[in-house]
Order: sequence, then C-alpha cells, then structure tokens
Amino acid sequence: MSETAPPPTATARIFKMPSLGADMESAAVLEWLVQPGDLVQRGDVIARVETEKSDIDVEIWEKGRVIAHLVEIGEDVPVGTPILQLGTSVESTDPISATPAVVAPSSSSTGTGPAPAQVRERVFIPEPVAEHDLPPTSEPARDLRASPLARSMASALDIDLATIAGSGPEGAIIARDLPFNSMEGTVEAPAKSQPVAIDRMREAIATRMARANHEIPHYHLERDVDLGTAMDWLERSNECVPPGERVLPAALFVKAVARSMAEHPNLNGFWVDDRFQAGDGVHVGMAISLRTGGLVIPTIVNADRRTISEVMSSLREMVAGSRSGSMRSSWMHEATVTVTNLGTNGADRVHGVIFPPQVALIGFGRIAARPWVAEEQVRPRPVVTISLAADHRATDGATGSRLLSTLAHSLEHPEEL
Amino acid sequence: MTAPELAAETTYRDALREAIREAMIEDERVFIMGEDVAEYGGTYAVTKGLYKEFGRDRVRNTPLSEAGFVGAGIGAALGGMLPIVEIMTVNFSLLALDQIVNTAATLRHMSGGQFHIPVVIRMTTGAGRQLAAQHSHSLECWFAHVPGLRVVAPATVTDARWMLKAAMADPDPVIVFEHNGLYNSSGPVLPGPVDLTTAEIRRPGTDLTIVASAGMVSKSLEAAEQLGDRNVSAEVIDLRSLRPLDRATLAKSVEHTSRAVVVDEGWRSVGLSAEIAAGITEDCFYRLDAPVCRVASREVPIPYPRHLEDAAIPQVHDIVAGAMTVMTGSLADV
Amino acid sequence: MTGPQTKLLRDMIRIRVFEERCAELYGQQKIRGFLHLYIGEEAIAAGVISQLTKDDSIVATYREHGHALIRGIPATEIMAEMYGKAAGCSGGRGGSMHLFDAERRFLGGNAIVGGHLPLATGLALADKMLHRKGRVTACFFGEGAVAEGEFHEAMNLASIWNLPVLFCCENNLYAMGTSLQSSESETNLSLKASSYNMPSWSVDGMDAEATAGAASRALDTVRGGGGPVFLEFRTYRFRAHSMFDPDLYRKPDEVAKWTERDPISTFSAQLTSAGTLTQEHIDRLWVEASQETQDAVDFAEAAEWEPVENLEDHVGATDGASVVLV
Repeated sequence: MSETAPPPTATARIFKMPSLGADMESAAVLEWLVQPGDLVQRGDVIARVETEKSDIDVEIWEKGRVIAHLVEIGEDVPVGTPILQLGTSVESTDPISATPAVVAPSSSSTGTGPAPAQVRERVFIPEPVAEHDLPPTSEPARDLRASPLARSMASALDIDLATIAGSGPEGAIIARDLPFNSMEGTVEAPAKSQPVAIDRMREAIATRMARANHEIPHYHLERDVDLGTAMDWLERSNECVPPGERVLPAALFVKAVARSMAEHPNLNGFWVDDRFQAGDGVHVGMAISLRTGGLVIPTIVNADRRTISEVMSSLREMVAGSRSGSMRSSWMHEATVTVTNLGTNGADRVHGVIFPPQVALIGFGRIAARPWVAEEQVRPRPVVTISLAADHRATDGATGSRLLSTLAHSLEHPEEL
Repeated sequence: MTAPELAAETTYRDALREAIREAMIEDERVFIMGEDVAEYGGTYAVTKGLYKEFGRDRVRNTPLSEAGFVGAGIGAALGGMLPIVEIMTVNFSLLALDQIVNTAATLRHMSGGQFHIPVVIRMTTGAGRQLAAQHSHSLECWFAHVPGLRVVAPATVTDARWMLKAAMADPDPVIVFEHNGLYNSSGPVLPGPVDLTTAEIRRPGTDLTIVASAGMVSKSLEAAEQLGDRNVSAEVIDLRSLRPLDRATLAKSVEHTSRAVVVDEGWRSVGLSAEIAAGITEDCFYRLDAPVCRVASREVPIPYPRHLEDAAIPQVHDIVAGAMTVMTGSLADV
Repeated sequence: MTGPQTKLLRDMIRIRVFEERCAELYGQQKIRGFLHLYIGEEAIAAGVISQLTKDDSIVATYREHGHALIRGIPATEIMAEMYGKAAGCSGGRGGSMHLFDAERRFLGGNAIVGGHLPLATGLALADKMLHRKGRVTACFFGEGAVAEGEFHEAMNLASIWNLPVLFCCENNLYAMGTSLQSSESETNLSLKASSYNMPSWSVDGMDAEATAGAASRALDTVRGGGGPVFLEFRTYRFRAHSMFDPDLYRKPDEVAKWTERDPISTFSAQLTSAGTLTQEHIDRLWVEASQETQDAVDFAEAAEWEPVENLEDHVGATDGASVVLV
C-alpha cells in the first residue's frame, strides 16, 4: 500500500478531532507527533492540539499506519473534523500486525474461497472503528484503575482520567489525584445530565465558603508595605534570567508568608474538634483563579524550606496545570495556610474568607505607586496592602498583628528570603 | 436538656438496672427472669437487689433451662405480660435460638398480624475477659439476620439507660446485647429518650468513617485519636441498632468522607461487617475513594490466653492499621 | 340431636369430612406445602376441647385442623388459610401448619416439634401473674415432642411455678416414621411426666367420651390451682404422617387393627345401639359436615390472594395493629 493519500475507502479509517471536554468546541493542531508512514499503537500521542483551555496531547485508540494528515497546523477545526487518515493493519508491512491477513490467502490460493478483498473486508473492516461516536475518553476509563469517587469527580469535572497519574494502590487514581480535590466532600455523584465542571466547582466553593462564613469568627488586619526594595531586588535577580524563569512578586509573597508562618505557628494549622491543631509544616495553598471562572488551591508543601526560585517554578507549574486541568497529586496536600494574590486582577486589598479548617488566609492587593512617607519625605513607592483574615477562635488580633509585622519585614528585606 | 455536667455519673450496669427498675415501678406487667437474677443478682449483677424491692415473682429465678424460660418469656409476652428475659451470654442463647427465631420472630407474621410478642431478651456478648471459646463469642449477627426481631447494642451508659427503656416499650421482640467489657464503664446519664433505630456519630471527622458497635466503639474512638496524630480525621459512628441498620446515617457520613472502616468483634466471614460494607457500597458506591475495609475478629474460636485473645479480636492498632490502609492504599507507613 | 354425645360425634365427623376433602384438594394442588391429617385421632380434639371454656387458650401443633375447627374457627377461614388466601384465619401467611385466631384464643399451629410447650408455659405464667383465676392453657403435642429438651424444660417450669397448663400428649406411636418403642427409653409417657411431680395419666384416645372425661377431671385440678396436669392420649393416625409420606414403617395389620377402633364408627355404633341416635341422624351429621366443608371450599376458591405489595406486612409493629391477649 502506498503512502500517498488514497480516497477514503473501507480499508482506510479516519481519526477525528476528539472532544476532550464538554465545553470544547474546536481545536487546532499545534504539532504532529506522527508522520505518514508511521505505525501507531493504541494510546500513542499523535498530536498536540490547542484548545481554548490549554494545549492537550491527543491520543489515538487504535493501531494502524498513518496515511495522511488531514488538517493544517494551526487550523482551528471543530470537534469531529477528520484530522488523520489511518490505514488498517493489513496495509501495514509490519509482520505482526499483518499476521491476520494470513487467514485469507490460504483459502483464496485454492481458488475456491472468496476474493482477498472481500476477505479483508469481512475480517478487518466489519465496522470502521474510527466512525464510532464513542468519545475517546470512554476507552481508557475502562482500563484505568480509579476509585468510584475519582471517576465520579472526573466525570462531573470533565477531566480525562487518562491524563491523571494515580497515587492509590497499584497506581489507582483516587480523589486526591484530581484537581479540585480540595473541594472534596461537596462534589456530588454525577447527575444523569452531566453538569459542566464549572457549576460543580461553583457549588463546591459555595458550600465551603458558606461554611467558613457561618462557622469562623473572622478578624481582619491590614498592613501597607513598601515594596521598593523588593522590586529592585527582583529586577536585579531577574536580569540574567530568561523570561520563562523570572521570579515574580507572587513567589516573594509566598516565600515571605511561609517564612512568617514558621515564626507564628499559632496561625499555621487547623481548627478541628474545637481546638487548634498546628500544621506539621508550612504548606501554603495558593488560590489560583481559572479563566473559566472558579478557583483551585494547589499546595506548596514545606514552602518555608524552598528557595524563591523553587517556589516560583512551583507557582508556574501550578498555574499552568490548574488552568489546563492537569493538577499533580503532590499539589493536593492539605494546606496549612492559604495565600490569595488578587493584585494582578486590580484589587487594592483583600478581605478574605478563610478556607476551613485552616485558621488564616493572607491576601495581597495590587502593587501600585502610592505616596509613601519615609525619612520625613513623601515619595512615590510601589506599595502593596497585605491583609490577614484569621480565625478568632484560634488566635487574637495581637498574634495576627505580629504576623503582619514579620511579613512586612520579610518583604522589606527580600535578600533574607 | 439538662446540662451534661449536671447528669449523675453512673455505671453501665447501674444504668441498666435503673431502666429495669423504672419499668417495673411504672408497669406491674414488667418482670424479669433468668438464671440467678434474684438473690445472686444476675451473673453481671445487673439485677442486684431488685428481688428485695419487687419480690421473687417479678424477679424470677429460672432453672438452667434457656429454651424453657426464653420460651416462657415469649409465651408470657403473648399472654399480656412485659417480660425481660436475661440470658447469661449469647453463647447460651443458642439453646434458646429455636424459641427466639422460630417463635418470637415469626408469630406476628404467621398469625397474619393477630399477635405480637413484647419481650425483651438481654444477653451478654463479647470477648476480653479470658473466658475462652464458649463464653466469648459475638454472635449478634445471627439475630440481626432475622426479620421480626429488633437487635440493639448500647455502648454507652446513656444508651444503656434509655435504649433498654425503649426496648421495653417496643411491642415486638427486642434483643439487647450488653458487651461484658462495658458493665463497669461509667459516665453521665444524659437525658433520653434514645430510640431503637438510629446510629450515633460519636466523633465527627472528615477523612474516613469508622463504623463500630458495643465494645468496639471505645476502641474505635481511641483509634480515631491516634489517627488524628497522623492528620487523619476519623468520624466514628456507633451503630447502636444492629437490626434495623441505620443505613441513612452511614451513607450520610460516607458520602462526606468517601472512606469507611467497619469494626466488628464478630468474625469477619459472613458477618455483620460484611453486611455493613455491602450496604455502604450499595448506598455510596460513587462516593467511595477506597474499598470498604473490615476490621473483624480472626477466624478462630476465641482462645483462653490473654495474648491470643487480644490477637483474635480487633484492637486499637488494628483499627488504625485498617484506617491507614484505606487512607493510603498500603500498610507501608503504619 | 343436641346432647354432649351428639356434639362429640358431630365434631369428629366434621373433622373427618373436612380433612378427607383436604387430602383431595392437596391432590388437586389447591392446598400446598405440608398437610398433616388428624384422621383417626379426632376423639382427642373433640373430647378435650369440649371441656374448655372460651376463656381458655389452646396451643397446638401443625396437625391442628381438627382443633381449630372444634374451637370454633369457621371452616371457611380455615380452608381459606389452607389455600393461602388473605381471608384465611392467619391472613394466608401461615397455611395448614399455622392456624391462628386471637378471638378464639387459638395460638397456632406451631410446627417446631416441642417448640410450643414453653410458649404454653409462658401463657400460663402470664395468667398466673395477672391473677386470671380459672384460665387454663391447653397444649397439644405428639409423643415425638417428649424426646425434645423443650418438653422437659417446659414441664419442669410449669411444675415448679405451679402453672395452669393442661399438657395433652397425642401419642399416635410414631414421630413421622420413628416408633415410640425405638426412640424412648421409657415408653410409658405418663410415668415419664409424673417425674415432673404433676398428676399424669393415660387415656384411650380413640374414645371421645373417655377423652372428654379425662379432660374434665384434669381441668378441675388445673383450674383449682393444682398446677399442671399431663394427659397421654393413646391414639393412631390412620393416614401417613403427611401427604408426602409413603408409610413404609407401619405394618398393614397394625393399621388395620387400629382402624377397627375408628373413633367415629365405634362411637356411632355405640350411640345407635344405645338408641341415642338413629342411623338417619348420623347420616344427617355427615351431610351437614359435607355441606360445611363444601361451603368452606367455595369460600376459599372465591377468596382473594393477598397483593404482593403487602409482602412485608406483619413483621414489626409499624405494620399495623395486633392484639395483646387479655
């Protein structure tokens, strides 16, 4: 069989742009990872495509030889558009995949059997698999080991379990391996009509935040901090670094918070069973908003013991991962404190709601040039308002106030971080 | 509600006695019978002194004759009395199993609803006192299997007090299991009533649900404390009623935690723990994040030596291990 | 035709006709399950129950159609129960072996051999504790029950507590296929019972007047506060144990010998020869009994089946009202 593209016949199959999420309407191939003539196996990644959400690897669910690419790179095509032409195994020169063809010739060689083409059609093309409307995700789900809860959540949140690494027994995917696991306990089993992920997340956030507001007696403190030194320090640090690895203020914030929490352990932990339970380390949850709405809170475990660049690379991975719906299980560790950085969205200051059972949430507002009095002079300085929302059952204002002082000091002396 | 600190501190044994006493004062039809319930005061001293107050007619010693006096209790209930029958241990109740299963449980149904049997049958259950293989078994599930019976296992002083009262008010046969390790336990009697059908959350938690009853409740609570040290928040549910099982409470909890450990002093095979695990799986399958784990007695008649007895029945560390299996998928870090 | 003798004969005939029809209906698969016939033993139920008052209680075995009928449970309701219809005396839930009637204080229909003796003892205990003077619980059981532990436990309790129970042992010599001779160390059952320190004696169970007379004497003792009495009625069932039983364990001449003592034909002959009843009278009793049975069959045939939706009724208190005996 030649490698030129023949007209689609019964012996050729078409692989269509798969739907990789309920709200995915179209995608563009960014890169072909298989070329005409290549043999593909079930599960091979054949292309990287760009969707509205993120870039996604597309797997193929049948084996065969690639005959032709049917769309151009960068061409945005609707889900269901043929993107790859695939020959059946019989065209393959691969001895293993060609083996079944041996069935036919013995009879055709006697001249009494059906013609080879008919045999081929009967044996290999009973129904063109690629024509099936089964969503490709249903296939791996059958083979995957995943808990019922993980399956329910994945289904409700439109996550392809095949993209998740399992941390359960024998690699089974369990709930903690999924993004949004921090909302666990509020995601219901999927209803008959699949709700979209965002509704689920909204519901989860609603429940958790309502509980927080209902149960937690919050107190709120604020402190303005001059970030002049920090910004200069960052600029210097980033000078010789490629853009993709530059440290952003958010990393400084996280690191400063982590360091400060270590010094004020009464704010680092949980309120459980009517008493405060200190965290076993400083695990900073980072609230990351999704473009589609909602938020996830991946955790940087032992953030106080990481360097700023480690924190930065974690943040980068988290933001990308969260927004593409492929969170790592290591991010699902229970946070002992949460940081929310709303400055990038323009807010001046945050009056946060604690994420129970934690007892503190630290918010960063916009970094803006403001008049700042120092050494009896008013100067424009980059200033950020840091806010603390704390659980009054666990601590009192004085403790919170001391934390803010420590935090301010850290940010004013970034080199110490 | 009386504030808990105002409630009198008492023992499980005394709480049972008080419930019996109160019922006997309130209704002349109530009487108690069993082996050595009068002068001796009952094997576990539950009826101690009652014969002086109520006389030997109403605190009635019986011969060693389980089938006979349990059957007579059933007959007396049918005849208009409100008997409490005490059987020394669940092991001896097997001599009366015919009466309980073939008569007490069936009469209402066989008669097309014409008759009912308001009898309360109390018996001791459980191991832990080195009483060996004929006095240590937990056969609650044998009874919990049977339609027509109610089966309860109060685990606290408060429940002993009020569930026995509720059992006596019930128009059908109620089997009350009293774990031998609980008689000396003490605590306040909180205000009742306590019904015969609902389970109780003894400790709230978010990560997993531990289901237990009778003697396993305190062990489960201790296990939950230890799990707390490992950052595992365990919810402990005391079943209280073994028939009917309060599946709604179990399901509500597991819906929340997605993980369950069932602790049962009975044997693992074909037991209560299997029933509960199956129920949880039926009710919460799509919320489960790990297989339901059973922590039950080893498959051996309970042996006499302390160390072997301890090894045969679920201990705190077994519950912790089971919980960690459910939480982590392996026993590696237990 | 209303004297006690006539009543005894009529009752025995009613049982006989009813049960012969039951056998026929069993063959037609109208009655299913186990069917244990009392044919040959009618003199016991007829005689003993004739001496009971409405206030007394009866606890019987699975061979209890005759007792139920004589106690006054309508044949229609008994037959409907045999059919398993909702109009049966146990709502159809019991069948042949579990006839109950609260109004007539008929407490089964118990099918665990010996299992109902403690129940009878308990009923008597309640009567005693509630000071219901004069009430007796009559407990019928076969000689097979004597080998059961529950027999001994119940007899012992009734005796030590001095309870008003009349223990009526219907000794038909075979527990299913096991003969008394081969299964009891002491085949004199009244002697055995007397070891429980209660009055006990043996009675000709094929003679309705004898059974009635013995019951009358025994009941005087029991009602008078004398504690339990044990009566052994020596009898024989003419049919096999149940409809499934090929009756391989009894010799034909033994059956023939006992059949000669058929309580109905002997009592009929006795009454006609004494001039108490004419053959015409007796014939009429058979016709009336046939009519009663036919009415019962018609009733049962026409009765409704219980809807399956009601399957789980009558398991616990929430299922509806029931009575406590007073």
